[in-house]
Amino acid sequence: MNPATNTNKQDISVALVGSGGAGVVAAGELLLTLAFESGYYGLMRKAYGPQIRGGESAALLRLGSYPIYCMDDNFDLLLALDWQNTERFAAEIPLADTSLIIADPAAGAIPPVIAASGAAVESAELAAMAGETPGGRGNMVALGLLSGWLGLDATKARRCISAAFSDKGSEVAASSIACFERGFVTGIKGLAAANITPTSSPEPRWHLSGNEACGLGVLRGGVRFAAAYPITPASDMLEWLAPRLEQLGGSLLQAEDELASINMIIGASFGGVPAMTATSGPGLALMLEGFGLAIASETPVVIINVMRGGPSTGIPTKSEQTDLNIALYGMHGDAPHLVLAALDTSDCIFTSQWAVRLAEALQASAIVLSDQGLAQSRALIPAPASPELALAVRKKPEITDAPYQRYAITEDGVSPMAVPGDAQTMYTADGLEHSPSGKPSSAFADHSAQLDKRQGKLQQFDYGEHWAETGGDGDTAIICWGSSTGAAREARQRLQQAGIPVRLIAMRLLLPARSAQMDEALRGVKRVLVVEQSHSRQFLHYLRAHFDIDAPMACLAKPGPLSISPGEIVERISNWRQDP
Amino acid sequence: MSPDKTAIRIKPRQYKSDIKPVWCPGCGHFAVLNAITKALAHLALANKDVALLSGIGCSSRVPAYTSVYGFHGIHGRALALASGLKAARPELTVLVAGGDGDGLSIGGNHFIHACRRNMDMTYIIMDNEVYGMTKGQASPTTAPDWTMSKLTPHGTGQRPFQPAALALAAGASFIARGFSGDPNGLAQMLVKAIQHRGFSVIQALSPCPTYRPEHMDWKHQIREFTEPCTDDPITAAQRIQADDGQSTGIVFQRELPVWQPYHQKSPLRAPTAVLKSFEQEFAL
Ligand SMILES: Cc1ncc(C[n+]2csc(CCOP(=O)(O)OP(=O)(O)O)c2C)c(N)n1
Ligand code: SF4
Ligand SMILES: [Mg+2]
Repeated sequence: MNPATNTNKQDISVALVGSGGAGVVAAGELLLTLAFESGYYGLMRKAYGPQIRGGESAALLRLGSYPIYCMDDNFDLLLALDWQNTERFAAEIPLADTSLIIADPAAGAIPPVIAASGAAVESAELAAMAGETPGGRGNMVALGLLSGWLGLDATKARRCISAAFSDKGSEVAASSIACFERGFVTGIKGLAAANITPTSSPEPRWHLSGNEACGLGVLRGGVRFAAAYPITPASDMLEWLAPRLEQLGGSLLQAEDELASINMIIGASFGGVPAMTATSGPGLALMLEGFGLAIASETPVVIINVMRGGPSTGIPTKSEQTDLNIALYGMHGDAPHLVLAALDTSDCIFTSQWAVRLAEALQASAIVLSDQGLAQSRALIPAPASPELALAVRKKPEITDAPYQRYAITEDGVSPMAVPGDAQTMYTADGLEHSPSGKPSSAFADHSAQLDKRQGKLQQFDYGEHWAETGGDGDTAIICWGSSTGAAREARQRLQQAGIPVRLIAMRLLLPARSAQMDEALRGVKRVLVVEQSHSRQFLHYLRAHFDIDAPMACLAKPGPLSISPGEIVERISNWRQDP
Repeated sequence: MSPDKTAIRIKPRQYKSDIKPVWCPGCGHFAVLNAITKALAHLALANKDVALLSGIGCSSRVPAYTSVYGFHGIHGRALALASGLKAARPELTVLVAGGDGDGLSIGGNHFIHACRRNMDMTYIIMDNEVYGMTKGQASPTTAPDWTMSKLTPHGTGQRPFQPAALALAAGASFIARGFSGDPNGLAQMLVKAIQHRGFSVIQALSPCPTYRPEHMDWKHQIREFTEPCTDDPITAAQRIQADDGQSTGIVFQRELPVWQPYHQKSPLRAPTAVLKSFEQEFAL
C-alpha cells in the first residue's frame, strides 16, 4: 500500500471555480453551511484572482465525517461555472487522474493545464438549467448538484438559501431555490454517491474563521481595547472585533498607521485596560520600535500578526509562514518577549486567549502568529471548551510607607504595576533603562538587573504542556509550527495506518524556547523532519539556534502560496533523505 | 475641573518629583515644567488622576520631573500613546509634551491626526527650533538659512512649519502660543487649555541656550497678539499667517465634536453572558 494516499477516507474535496460575478464563493459558503447543518465537519478556503473586485475566484472545500485540519493532496471534484482565467488557480487545485471535472459545455474548452491532469470529465448544462428560471443562476444549480451528490438535506437547504438571500428580496430567493432544486434532482452522470456520512450523533460544532477565532480568544483573555490600521489578511478580525468590543464596554480605534496603533495599545494598557492589535508583515515591521517600548516599560500588549507572502507587499492575499524571523529577532536590544503560534482554527481561540493572559500575568509583550490560510479559511470544528486559564491577572501594588517602586526586583521578576487613578503609586513608565523606582539610569548595575528581571520572568514561568502539541511514538519525529500542523497531523495518521509510527511536535510557544520539554519530547528520536512554509528555512534555523537536537534533521520547506500537503510529508518520511 | 476654592491651596511643588532635570542651565524647558505644575496646582487636580506623556528629546524628559502618572515613550509617538490611554480611560486628565522635532517631524502624522480626532487632551510643543538632545540639528521649525548645524551647512533651504497654522488646518479646537520667558502667562494658558473640551495645542516657545543661543533675544521680541481669541477659523488663519510667529496668546478656540469611544468604568469584569452570545453565533 502506498502510505502517501489518503486511505479509508471519509472525506471529499471539492473545488468550485468561476469568473467574477459567477458567485462561486457564495455557493461555496452555502455548501459549507449546509454541510454544517447536516452534521459534517469541514474546511473552506477561498482563492481570488489579483483584481480588487470581480476577478475570478474559487471556493475550495473539504468535507468529512471527522474534523478536518488541512486540504487534501488532490481534489476529488472540480466544478467550473466557466473557465475565465481559472488556469491561474491550476497549481492551487491539484487534480489526480482519479479526479472528476464537471464543466458546462457552453463554457467552452477546458484549459490545457487543467485538462492535463488526466481527470475524467463530465458535462453539466448549468447555464441552460439556470436559464429555465427567470433570474436563475448557474452557481445555485451547481450548489444543487453538489448537495444532491453529498446527500444533503434539501429542506434544510431551502431554508439556508432563503436566509442567505433574505436581503435581496423574495424573488431572488425563490429563483435561487428553483435553480438549486433543478440541480439537486438532476445529479451528475457518471458520479457515484459521495462516500461520506455525517457524524452519527453530531456533537456540538462551530462554524468560524481563524480570524474570528483569534478575535474571540483575545476577548476571552480579557482584551477590551484594540487599535489597528487595516491590512489584508488581518482586517476581517478587526471588523469582527469592533462591534463586539463595544458590547463588552470597550472599543476599537482605527489608527492613522501602525506606528500609532502599537503606541495606542501601550497607552491603553498603561491605563490598565488589556489591549491588542492585529496586523500583517508590513505592519508588524512598523510596530517593532513600539513593541520594544512595551517590553522595556513592561506594559503588556498582544500583537496578532496574520502572515502573508512577503517580503514587502509580497502576496497580500496568500499564505506563508515567513514572519517567524521578524517575530523572533526583529527587536533592537535584548528584548525578551513571547512568540506564540496558533495550530488550527480552534487553537486560534486558545492561543490568543493564552497570549493575553500570559502577557497580563507576566507584564510581557506577545506576538501571536497566524497566517492567511488559517485566518481566512472557514472551518466546521468540534465546539471548543472554554478553558478558564489558571493564570494570575496583573500584580497590583500594596500600599505601604515605602515609596512605590514600579520596576522593583522581585523573585518571579514581575513587579507590582499601578495604574493611573491609583493613589500614592504615581510613577513614570519609561523606555529608557531605569532603576527599580523608574528613574532613568545608564548604570551597568541597573541595566543588568532589569535585563535579568525581564528575561527571568519569562524563563522561570511554568508554561505547562501548552508549549506544543505532542503525540505519537517511534524514532521519527515531525517538528512543525503554526498552521503546518494540520498537514503534519494527517501525515502522521496516514503513516500510523501504514504501520510507520511517527511522533509529532507542533510548536505553539516559540519564545521563550522550552528546551527541556523539547529534549523530553525528542528522547530516543533518530531522525527529525522539519516542516515549514518558508523558502529560507526560518524554522529550521530557529530550531538549530535554540535547541540541542542530536538527531539528523531534514527539512520540508516550501514557500507560499501553495500549502504543504499531508502527502508531501508522508513521501519525505517514507523515502527518507537528508537535505541536499 | 474648576479649582475648589475651599480646598487648602495646593502648591505647584506638590506636582514635582525629586528627580533633578538633566537640562542645561538656562534651558527654556525648566519654565515649561514650572508652568505645568502651576497649572495643575491652580486646577487642584489630584496627582493620581493626571497623566503626562511624552516622546524623546530634552523636552520629552518632562514627565519624570512631575509626580503625576507619566510615560516617557519613544520618539514621535507621544500623541498615539496618549490617544490610546484617553480612549481607554476617558476620566483621566491627559497632557502630552515634547519637542518640535518629536511632534512635527517624526511625529508629524500623529500630530495632524490628533488635531483631526479632537480627543479631550492638551498637547504642549516645547519649540526651540532645534533638536537639542541630538546636539543641534535643524528641526521643521528652524529658519531655512540657519547654517550652524554640520548636517545642513547651507541651511535647510526649506521653509519652516508654522505649528499653529498646521494645527488649525488639521482641525484642532484650541490653539495657543506661549513663551517660557513668561511662565505665569503660559500657566494661565495651560489652565484654559486643560479646561477646554477637545484637543488643545500650545506651542510653547522655549529657547535652547546651548544650540540656539541667539534665541535668548526672544524675550525682547515676543509680545502678545493684539486681537483677542477668535472662534472663526478664517480669521484665525489670517492672524496666524500675518504674524511672524512671535506673538503669544490663544488664537483660536471653538467647541468642536470631541471623539471619545465609550469605555465602561471597570470594563474588566468580563460579562460572561456577552461572550457566550458571541460563541452562540458560531454554533448557528
Ligand atoms: C526613532 C528615533 N530616531 C532618532 C532618535 C534620536 N533623537 C532623539 S531626540 C531627537 C530630536 C529631539 O528634538 P526635539 O523633539 O525638538 O526635542 P528637544 O531636544 O529639542 O527638546 C532625535 C532625533 C530617536 N531617539 N529615535
Ligand atoms: S540642549 Fe538645549 S534643549 Fe536640551 S537641555 Fe540643553 S538647552 Fe535645553
Ligand atoms: Mg527641539
